[in-house]
Parts: sequence; C-alpha cells; structure tokens
Amino acid sequence: MIQLPKLFQSEPPNPVFGVMGEFPHPGALLDAARGVREAGYTEYDTYSPFPIHGMDDAMGLGQSILGYIVFIGGIMGVSAAMLMQWWMGAVDYPLNISGKPAFAWEPSVPVAFELMILLSALAAVGGMLALNRLPRPYNPLFYSQNFTRSTDDGFFLCIESVDGLFTVRNAEELLERLGAQNIEVIYDHGKLDEDLLEGDGVSVPADPQVVSSQ
Amino acid sequence: MSTDTQNTDLGLSGDGHVSEHPPLVEGNYSFHDITELVAHHAEKKTPKLWYPAFGLAVTVTGLMLSMLAYLVWNGTGVWGLNNPVGWGWAIVNFVFWVGIGHAGTLISAILFLFRQKWRTSINRTAEAMTIFAVVCALVFPTFHVGRVWAVYWMLPLPNQMLMWPQFKSPLLWDVFAVSIYGTVSILFWYVGLIPDWATLRDRATNVWRRRIYGVLAMGWTGANRHWRHYERAYMILAGLATPLVLSVHSVVSFDFAVSIVPGWHTTIFPPYFVAGAIFSGFAMVVTLLVVARKIYNLEDLITINHLEKMNIIILLTGSLVGFAYITEFFIAWYSGVIYEQYAFVNRATGPYAWAYWIMMTCNLVAPQLFWFKKIRRNILVMFLISINVNIGMWFERFVITVTSLHRDYLPSSWDYYSPTFVDVLTFVGTFGLFFTLFLLFLRFFPMVAIAEVKGVMPEADPHFYDHSHGDGHTHEAEPTAVPSPAVNKEDEHRG
Repeated sequence: MIQLPKLFQSEPPNPVFGVMGEFPHPGALLDAARGVREAGYTEYDTYSPFPIHGMDDAMGLGQSILGYIVFIGGIMGVSAAMLMQWWMGAVDYPLNISGKPAFAWEPSVPVAFELMILLSALAAVGGMLALNRLPRPYNPLFYSQNFTRSTDDGFFLCIESVDGLFTVRNAEELLERLGAQNIEVIYDHGKLDEDLLEGDGVSVPADPQVVSSQ
Repeated sequence: MSTDTQNTDLGLSGDGHVSEHPPLVEGNYSFHDITELVAHHAEKKTPKLWYPAFGLAVTVTGLMLSMLAYLVWNGTGVWGLNNPVGWGWAIVNFVFWVGIGHAGTLISAILFLFRQKWRTSINRTAEAMTIFAVVCALVFPTFHVGRVWAVYWMLPLPNQMLMWPQFKSPLLWDVFAVSIYGTVSILFWYVGLIPDWATLRDRATNVWRRRIYGVLAMGWTGANRHWRHYERAYMILAGLATPLVLSVHSVVSFDFAVSIVPGWHTTIFPPYFVAGAIFSGFAMVVTLLVVARKIYNLEDLITINHLEKMNIIILLTGSLVGFAYITEFFIAWYSGVIYEQYAFVNRATGPYAWAYWIMMTCNLVAPQLFWFKKIRRNILVMFLISINVNIGMWFERFVITVTSLHRDYLPSSWDYYSPTFVDVLTFVGTFGLFFTLFLLFLRFFPMVAIAEVKGVMPEADPHFYDHSHGDGHTHEAEPTAVPSPAVNKEDEHRG
C-alpha cells in the first residue's frame, strides 16, 4: 500500500482496515474461510501459527506461481555459468591444460549445476518475499493486542475494507454467524505506533472497539 | 527388534495419518505449551552454566586464531606437510567438517521431501550444525593457500593480472560447491526461522528484543496468503538442497578421484563420500542432541523415538560405508594394476595400518551394535557410539589422504607424515569455533522449529475436529453458514 503524504491524508484519521474475528481451532477457521468465500468476499485472509491443510482450497486460491520464478532463476544460473566458463576459459584467457580443449561441456557441468542451484534458491527466497510483500514493518493488524496470538495459538480471520461488499456491520454479522469470538474492527493508523514499541508491548491500541465477544 | 514396527516407524507406509504412528510429540501438549516450551529458552535469563561453557569455547577459538596468525606470519611450513604428502590435516579436517554438515541438510531437505514428519523437532538444530560445520570447514582451504590475502584469486573476479581461474580443476568446482552450499543452507535456515522469529517478536517483553526479532521476522503475520507462497518456497528449497548436498560431497570426492594417485583414482568415490558424510553427520547430530535435549528439558519433543530413527540411519549408512571399504579392496585387486593393489595392501599393513584399523573398527564394527533395539534406545551407549563414529570418520579421511600420498610411484621420495602442534591445535580450535556458534544459537534462537512442530500435531489437522473427539460445542456454532455439501465434497477430496 502506498502511503500518501500526511497533507492529503487528513480526512478520516483512522480509516477502517477490516474486521477480524477469532476462531477456536483450525477446523473452525477452515469452515469459516469457506463461509466467507461463499458469502462473496474476496479480500480477506486467515491467520494461523502454522499452515492449515486445505485452506488454499477453502479460500479458492490457486497454485503459487513461485515455481515459474524459480525456473527462470535456474535457467539463468545454467546459462550464466556456461557463458562464463566458455568466455573466461576459451576466449579471454585460454590455457593449455594437458592438451584438453579450451572449453568442453563435460568439465563445465559441476559449476553450471552449482550456479543453477544458487540462482534458483535466491529466486525462491526473493520471489517468496516479493509475492508476500515482505519485509513489511507496518501492518494494521499489529495494533490488535489479541492478534499477537496468531503466532502462538490463535486462529483469526480478517475481512478487509478494500472488498467491494465490505461494510463493518455486514462483516461483523457474517463473522458472528460463522462462530467467531472477540470480533474487533481494525483501524489503519498508517504508521508505526510508538506506543507499541515502548513499555511492555501490551499497550491498548488507540481505538479498536471490541464489538462483541461470544 | 521387528522389521514391521521399524517400517511404520519410519513412515514408509506413506499415508500421512499421524495417529497411526507413535506420537511425534509426547505428553499431551497444546499449541501454546509448545510455544512456551521452546521460546522460553530464548527468553529466560542466561543459565549460569552457559557462561563458563561459552568462555571455554571462546578461549579455544582464540587458540585457533592464534595458530592461524602464526601460520600467516611464518607460512604453511609450520604444518607437518612434506614432499609426497602435500595434503595433510588441512584437507582431512576440511572433508571431516563438510561431511558433518551434510546430515543437517539431509534432515531438513531430504526427509522433508519424503514427508518424514519426525524431522520437525530436530531439523532446526541440525541445520544450525550444517552452517557452523561449513564455517569450520572453510577455515582450512582458506589458510592452506598460504597467502591468505590472495584468497580471492579462487573466485572469478576481474583483476589486474588479467587472469581467470581454471575451470577444468576440481578444486575450483569445490570452491563453487562449498560456498554455494553454505549460502543455500543459510537461506533455507532463515526461511524456516521466519515464523518462529515472529513468535518471539510477539512474545517479547522488552523493546530491543521486539525490534531485533521484529526485523528478523520481516513483518510475518501467519497469513494464509503468505503461507501459500512460503510453503511452496520451502518445498522448492528442499528440492534444491537435496541434489545440492549430494553434489557437494561428490565434488569434494572429485578433488581426489580426478587425480591419478593410486587409492584416489576410483569411480566409487562420489557415492562412498556421500554415504560417509551422512553417516558422520548423523553421528554428530546424535552427539549434540543427546546433550541438548537433556540440558533444555526437551525430552518430550526430541524423543527417544527420534534418536532411535537417527541410529537406524547411522546403521544403514555405516553399513554402506563398510561395504564401500570392501568394494575398494576388491576393485584394487580386480583391476590388475599393481600400484592400485599396493596402495590398498599398504593401507592395511603398512606404516599407517594403525589408522586403517581404527577406521575399520569405528566405522564398520561399532555401528553394527545398532541392530539391537535395546542399544538403539540406550542414551549412554548411543552417545558413545556416535563419538566413536566421529573419530572413525576423521580417520577415514586421514587414511584416504595420507596413505595414498606417502608412497607415490617413486620409492626414493617415500616419506612418513606426522602433524605438528600447529596442525593439532588448529583442528582443536575449530571445535571451539563450532561450539561458540552453537552456544550462541542455543541462547538466542528458537532451537526447535515451533511452527513446524505444531503443524505435525494431530490437533493441527482441521479434520481432527470433524468427529467425536475435540470440543463438540464449537461445531454447533458454525454450521448455519456452511452448507454441508461443500464440506462433504471437501472431505472426499481430502480423504
């Protein structure tokens, strides 16, 4: 998300980012994700301390395209290695080693293989981070005190306000119907909250109101 | 022991139902308990014993650094190398450390691809071991070049001499193989750590911990849209690391096999080196985990079943290595080449026969004790055998390197090689370096992959909650919005 300069941002100080609810276990979260999808929402996400089997299907997400990025990385690694070995060994600085040809593909295989692995691995990690828009220091969800449990034992679903169908009331009602607990509205403060970085880290965020629990 | 149980233990049945196996995590833990159990060690006050241990490790590292400084000042003549034996302890130690590293990649990558879920409690430690072992290994070739300030000549960098490295040399392949192995291992390790950094970030109680772990976690939230690419990346990295680890030790063996020295010039070397590397690496993992699980009270996560499985792999790879020793002898005889035959007879009966028989006893005989289930599950005995294997595998590299070189084609140049105190203390010093890094890891890192362990618990399977077990009340709350046909369809698809 591109951050507009402060000057143009004065309208609503804390626009709503989304509505988040908590579910008791992975099974409930999976059913809820399916329910939200069937209700027509597309801009939502589930949060869990570990990947949940079947969640991609439940959310209607296809295959990750990362494989293609890695494939391109691998091809580049092999070609770069072969070109390098040919140019350095046969063009720019040919050496006679036991009368062997200046360039042949056989002795070039190990270096080509290793560089293929290196560039593929870099493409895999770089591609994963790019597709996930990471590193991302600021995230409105970090304002929710409850949300810190998403990396421990909490299972959350957040419907985001960018969705066409989104209104706070609809989202709340849907989450409640799906059995969510601790439903809260998440606001987009648009900056790193200094309060969050100081003290004991359990500072209560500025405005999220707990709309309903249980 | 019974083969049947073993097969199911190893998960060879391949159906992913955790419940059919002995539990991977013992003692009825919830997700939160797992977080507590692991994160607690990175958060609590430094244990008193850690300081003297760390002090000792740093001192020994200092010893290594002073020995290296001594070498740089005086030249490689301070090592015991002589004319026929131009490769002594330096290459022995290099191959030893690289080999140890391989078990980490095996556990993290190959076992991942084979869906061996038991790996989750040990892979983090094993990957750490890989990286630290590669660091220790790199010390030796780096300083063996003598003029360490010119070590960058090994890389294809433009330079004022207008020269390029010689790509037909296996030694240069090794530069690529080992440095890329180190890099990819670090990437793999880091990707695995991201969710756990986030866990530590979210639990942090002081500003600096939250900032540091926050930067390391890169904003991870556990979003499913992130897990989707993350899991794919992890699988691809495992798929890349698997051929990589096999290629690295194959390339290391080319350093020997591509030459024409009798005793080195054999095609069996790549598989034989790879098996030996896995063998020694698993022994090192057992040595470290037996101690670490005790000190850190992780007996419920790193169970006796995990250790037993590693002992089975030690038994398997140890037998492969032993078979390779015998095959080498057979091929030397069968080749009809007198130099080859002499090299092997000399190994077993010549001036280095003592080293040869240490190797044979430690590698071929000792691991065979693991045929007995009682011994595989006995902590003390497995600890002793694992140390024994580490010693044996060091001697294997010593035997291969030194016995093949000390008598070359020309009897007038035969000589006996012994190391100097600089050789010995540098090698001892690398253990200091290894344990310095390992103690730092134990202190500040989540030493078990928290997210992965949670993922293999039965409670992590969404269908765990479909039937009678689990809390029934939550089910009553959901179904209104979820039309049942979709659920059933999904069940068929999954089931």
